[in-house]
Amino acid sequence: MKLDDVQRIAHLSRLELNQAEAEAVLPQLQAIFALVEEMQAVDTTGLEPLAHPILFLRDLAQPLRVDQVTESDHRAENMQSAPAQQDGYFLVPRVIE
Amino acid sequence: MSWHNTPIALMAKALAAKEVSSTELTKYFLDRIESGKQWNAYLDVNTHLSLEQASAADELISSGKSGKLTGIPVAHKDVFVTRGWKSTAASKILEGYLSPFDATVVANLGIPSADNPNGAGMVCLGKTNMDEFAMGSSNENSAYGPVLNPWNSEYVAGGSSGGSAAAVAAGLAPIATGTDTGGSIRQPAAFCGLTGIKPSYGRVSRYGMIAYASSLDQAGPIGKTAEDCALLLSAMSSHDPRDSTSLADSGEDYGRYLNQAWKEANANPAKPLEGLRVGLPKEFFAEGLAEDVAKAVNAAAKALQDLGAQLVEVNLPKTKLSIPVYYVLAPAEASSNLSRFDGVRYGHRASEYRDLGDMYQKSRTEGFGAEVKRRILIGTYVLCHGYYDAYYLQAQKIRRIIAADFQAAFSQCDVILGPVAPDVAWRLGEKSKDPVQMYLEDIYTLSTNLAGLPAMSVPCGFNSNNLPIGMQLIGNYFSEARLLQVAHQYQQASDWHLRQASEVA
Repeated sequence: MKLDDVQRIAHLSRLELNQAEAEAVLPQLQAIFALVEEMQAVDTTGLEPLAHPILFLRDLAQPLRVDQVTESDHRAENMQSAPAQQDGYFLVPRVIE
Repeated sequence: MSWHNTPIALMAKALAAKEVSSTELTKYFLDRIESGKQWNAYLDVNTHLSLEQASAADELISSGKSGKLTGIPVAHKDVFVTRGWKSTAASKILEGYLSPFDATVVANLGIPSADNPNGAGMVCLGKTNMDEFAMGSSNENSAYGPVLNPWNSEYVAGGSSGGSAAAVAAGLAPIATGTDTGGSIRQPAAFCGLTGIKPSYGRVSRYGMIAYASSLDQAGPIGKTAEDCALLLSAMSSHDPRDSTSLADSGEDYGRYLNQAWKEANANPAKPLEGLRVGLPKEFFAEGLAEDVAKAVNAAAKALQDLGAQLVEVNLPKTKLSIPVYYVLAPAEASSNLSRFDGVRYGHRASEYRDLGDMYQKSRTEGFGAEVKRRILIGTYVLCHGYYDAYYLQAQKIRRIIAADFQAAFSQCDVILGPVAPDVAWRLGEKSKDPVQMYLEDIYTLSTNLAGLPAMSVPCGFNSNNLPIGMQLIGNYFSEARLLQVAHQYQQASDWHLRQASEVA
């Protein structure tokens, strides 16, 4: 991993790192990936990835509920922590001129 | 009466016998919270709301509508959203956030109402400090300052449920909820001399639990005794249609075996664990384990043997690899979960920005702490095109090997015993400069989250510095009641769990 990679993944993560911050985090990430490299020595040929621990044990059907409205209107409560709002809508900077 | 030394099992009896009211108990703990701020265990307390709940609980008791836990106070880790108390996950990005709903765990334990008819009737004392978004092993990653260990305030309380553990150890709550993604219930419980259990994945609903790594996160109790943990876990767990990974068969009485011998037909009261096979994984006692900890855990193994158990050596060959596997999978899931924090619907929004993209970026940069950013960066990297197979998929394949290794071990034993952590609590600041050094401390706890197995932390001694040592008991899927039985039988024959933290009055 190089400094360019750090800036690229920071951008993909929507995080800003200035030059000094990127230089400080680079050796930490390099040390973490040195540890991660130990995985490459394991032969995993033919193994299925395990995404969910209970899938190791048994197949799980995707649970489905009846498609009906169960919630009442909580708009005011749902909006109470919005950083900016207007007329009951979340307000964001203009995206279409 | 020193209620802060009283297990909730006894508190329940005192409430039922009307020897004390929920209001008296709640005031008692709120007073202790007020005079016990030095540990930084709580992030939000609301005296008025707590006392309102206590009064509702007292009404339930006097009208004969109470359950086992009605009126007992409980503290919630700040990762559970709560109506009335702020819910921040110890992050600046959620500073002041007020949830419009209660997490299922909070509702299950809370005062019953029309919306929540099955609430256990417990009183919320407030929200406990934690590592930001549950990412950390020392509680030093909280945006609101570290939690100090009540056994010695120069040491960490452990993480990420450090506030919950310190609150119980300092007598600022009789019991607390926690969450465990890679050891976050078991390790702070061990560092603070407490009992904690992370149940099998899917036992406890994750609805309203602010997500870190969804395929690993599980909630559970931190308390003084195995019996108390059984009581709380029984009320916490339920099938929840709002969590698609919640198991259909989740509700049970986890305390049903506590006072039974391992084999029901066993008539020898001196050997209640006769027939129990305890597996000691060679890899859990290898290089890197502190001598004091090894000694205490070996003594606990001997104590189980004295109670009738048989000790067998087992192998968990991929133990060391659980660290890289976890530190690929958990950050990958975290980078996805934390993408919801964009400064639009809730949470921090930067005050100055050029456009929408810049607003996202500045809000996130200002709102997240250093460790959270590091994990988002790692997660984003391992999910990138070109690296996905080598990192993310390879980690998930090794995850399958780790789960299979446990099944091989469980063909030779009923429970696995080892240390919770390689050492006792460390000094504040000692490991916070070096993330990798901190990650290595999680070696014995990560594999059970990867496999989804239940595991406990049980006090089993002290080091030469009078800091608590915890042993870990790991069970096969859905064997929580059996783990709690073994822990309870051990606690009948030992008193480590009854010791009071040295700095607590």
